[in-house]
Amino acid sequence: MNFDYNEEQQLLADSVRRFLAKDYAFEARKKIVASKEGWSAGIWAQLAEMGLTGLPFSPDHGGFGGGAVDLMGVMEAAGDALLVEPYLPTLMGGLLVARAGSVAQKKAILPALVEGKLKLAFAHTEKGARYNLAKVEATAKKAAAGWEITGDKRVVLGAPAADKLVVSAKTEKGLSLFVVDSKDTKIKPYVTLDEQRAGDVVLKGAKGELLGAEGGALPAIEEVVDFATALVCAEAVGAMKFACDTTLEYLKTRKQFGVPIGTFQALQHRMVDMYIAHEQARSMACLACSKVDANADAKERARAVSAAKIKISDNARLISQESVQLHGGMGMTEELKVSHTFRRLTVIAQQFGDADHHLARFAELDRA
Amino acid sequence: MDLNYSQEESAFRDEIRGWLKANLPQDLRDKMANHQELSRDDLLRWHKILAKKGWVAPAWPKEWGGTGWNVVQRYIFEEECGYAGTPPIVSFSMHMCGPVLLRFGTEAQKKKFLPRMYNGEDFWCQGYSEPGSGSDLASLKTKAERQGDHYIVNGQKIWTTLGHYGDWIFCLVRTDATLSKRQEGISFLLIDMKTPGITVRPLVLMDQYREVNEVFFDNVKVPAENLVYEEGKGWTVAKYLLGHERMNTGRIGASKRELAKLKDFAAKQPGDDGQPLIEDARFRDRLTRLEVELMALEITNLRFLDQMRRSGQPPGADVSMLKIKGTEIQQGLTELSMQAVGPLAQPFRPVANDPDFDQFTAGLAPRYCNFRKTTIYAGSNEIQRNIISKMTLGL
Repeated sequence: MNFDYNEEQQLLADSVRRFLAKDYAFEARKKIVASKEGWSAGIWAQLAEMGLTGLPFSPDHGGFGGGAVDLMGVMEAAGDALLVEPYLPTLMGGLLVARAGSVAQKKAILPALVEGKLKLAFAHTEKGARYNLAKVEATAKKAAAGWEITGDKRVVLGAPAADKLVVSAKTEKGLSLFVVDSKDTKIKPYVTLDEQRAGDVVLKGAKGELLGAEGGALPAIEEVVDFATALVCAEAVGAMKFACDTTLEYLKTRKQFGVPIGTFQALQHRMVDMYIAHEQARSMACLACSKVDANADAKERARAVSAAKIKISDNARLISQESVQLHGGMGMTEELKVSHTFRRLTVIAQQFGDADHHLARFAELDRA
Repeated sequence: MDLNYSQEESAFRDEIRGWLKANLPQDLRDKMANHQELSRDDLLRWHKILAKKGWVAPAWPKEWGGTGWNVVQRYIFEEECGYAGTPPIVSFSMHMCGPVLLRFGTEAQKKKFLPRMYNGEDFWCQGYSEPGSGSDLASLKTKAERQGDHYIVNGQKIWTTLGHYGDWIFCLVRTDATLSKRQEGISFLLIDMKTPGITVRPLVLMDQYREVNEVFFDNVKVPAENLVYEEGKGWTVAKYLLGHERMNTGRIGASKRELAKLKDFAAKQPGDDGQPLIEDARFRDRLTRLEVELMALEITNLRFLDQMRRSGQPPGADVSMLKIKGTEIQQGLTELSMQAVGPLAQPFRPVANDPDFDQFTAGLAPRYCNFRKTTIYAGSNEIQRNIISKMTLGL
């Protein structure tokens, strides 16, 4: 048993952390968030330069063949820095191609993605689907050449920046995946609660290329969403660590009644509960990332990911809310980073399913 | 024991409800329902409608425009306003500075300020907290030095709600820094915000609305006649006022309205299994717990009111529990609303009339952020617990 990162993983995590501390400090990030695009091409190029866009992809396509554990340190650093570049959606799109695509499709997409020249997004969620991955109303019809896709996708993370979308839609045979050029769709972009860019995507007979077996997309979607959920758990750990550290610092320095407020036992115990919540979250992120890498059967993987997400969702809520409360009014302000970490953790608590969704999934898996 | 409202009280509620239904302008009703920002004019327009009806200051003595309602009637009125979704009454004048002047002001001060407050001619703000003095309010440093028949004020206030709308601000200032008991050197001063030397700077909160401000005082000249009560007795005034402030923090009517909206939404919104979310046992349990919390708060509030009506005395330190439970419920409701909307709650600032967003979802994410303030403001919930611990339990 060994919970440490290996030397390569540690080196990568350290270098990403150093880079973000230098080039992605809170003030620099503010400018990026306020920019028209809401992400930085310069930062993106450097992420690619460091090999991050290639991390989970096969060396055949220029990648490093890494897994979720290899990405853990990177995601932690991203959570600490509140990275808003469309890293996760691009990885998700790429992983769907890698998992389901033909040799030609992989060749056409993955090398460019690894080099940082192509950004993807996974257009899946629809109104009324909630977190049910199987519930899709969008349809695909066979056309003279390829497929035509019609449907409404909601809150597609990274859609405004994406060159191509991986879109889920139903055919006569069932749930299928398609690669669609963004320019063939209509995207309504907006800023999300956690200051990322997402969009609602309208497809009206958009030209699509089938990705993987017609009607057989659900296992690939579940696998990639579980992988992404594990990554988001690791990202949460980084954000939680920042929230805990900065709150502890505040308790030590903010004085009221002539003493640091950290001398009050009522606040000490709440700080301890935050600390424990972060440690528990870290443990569960380790579990989730290890299990998605272990090639375990789908049920064992799903069970671990859901268990982790229950804990991460609950603890993200506790830590985000308490970190604001213990900062008092200052924690409510735009000018303190902790309020932005609050926003990211609030979204993470719901991303890929809230605690109730994963409670139901875990219980169901246990019964099955 | 009889927990029911009397026939007269129920008739009174019907009268209030009917009048609010007929007299709350549609545009203000919509703005409130959509949680849109209210302008100074919006707030004062509603204030003036109530003033004209004679209902803007129910708790004031009749000679100054009060309604003569007892505490239960006043509560019913507040609850109905909350449930109907009226704009809030500007608390700083009607619930705070007004009662202070009625209790401590000179005749001249009452005559000068109270009618203008009543008629909504002046917008009032509160100048209490300072960057170094939040929970520990008595450590405040903003200085007022007496020079002839004026005070010269220097310093800074923070968290001034709607300070950018303000005509007047009531401030706690230090008039004597030499006393060992810090509370004794504090005075209560009324300051015209148009006086030279005052700067109002916005403090943007994480929901990105402009709501609170910093107010800077640089050699601001204030006539000595604007001192309320005696010099150095400001703490006595402040303590009286904080009791009033806490009486209005349960927000039971508004929470009932939000709960009803959430139930309505959950009955239409499909859950993961396609059935209405409200059929989901996990979700329904959460909703039920909130509703029961709200019932417990309401009945507790009624117990306090009943006690007040019979004893004529305010309930004292225990009123803090209304603030604690009321704000926890308000936050619980925004949190469960976010959960109900699910993945579609993520867009940060959907336009209220955007057809892609229903009324329930529009503005929800910023509101969830904004409502975190409720357990911090008006005496944080930690301070409220200290009050019960010290004053009621003697710990």
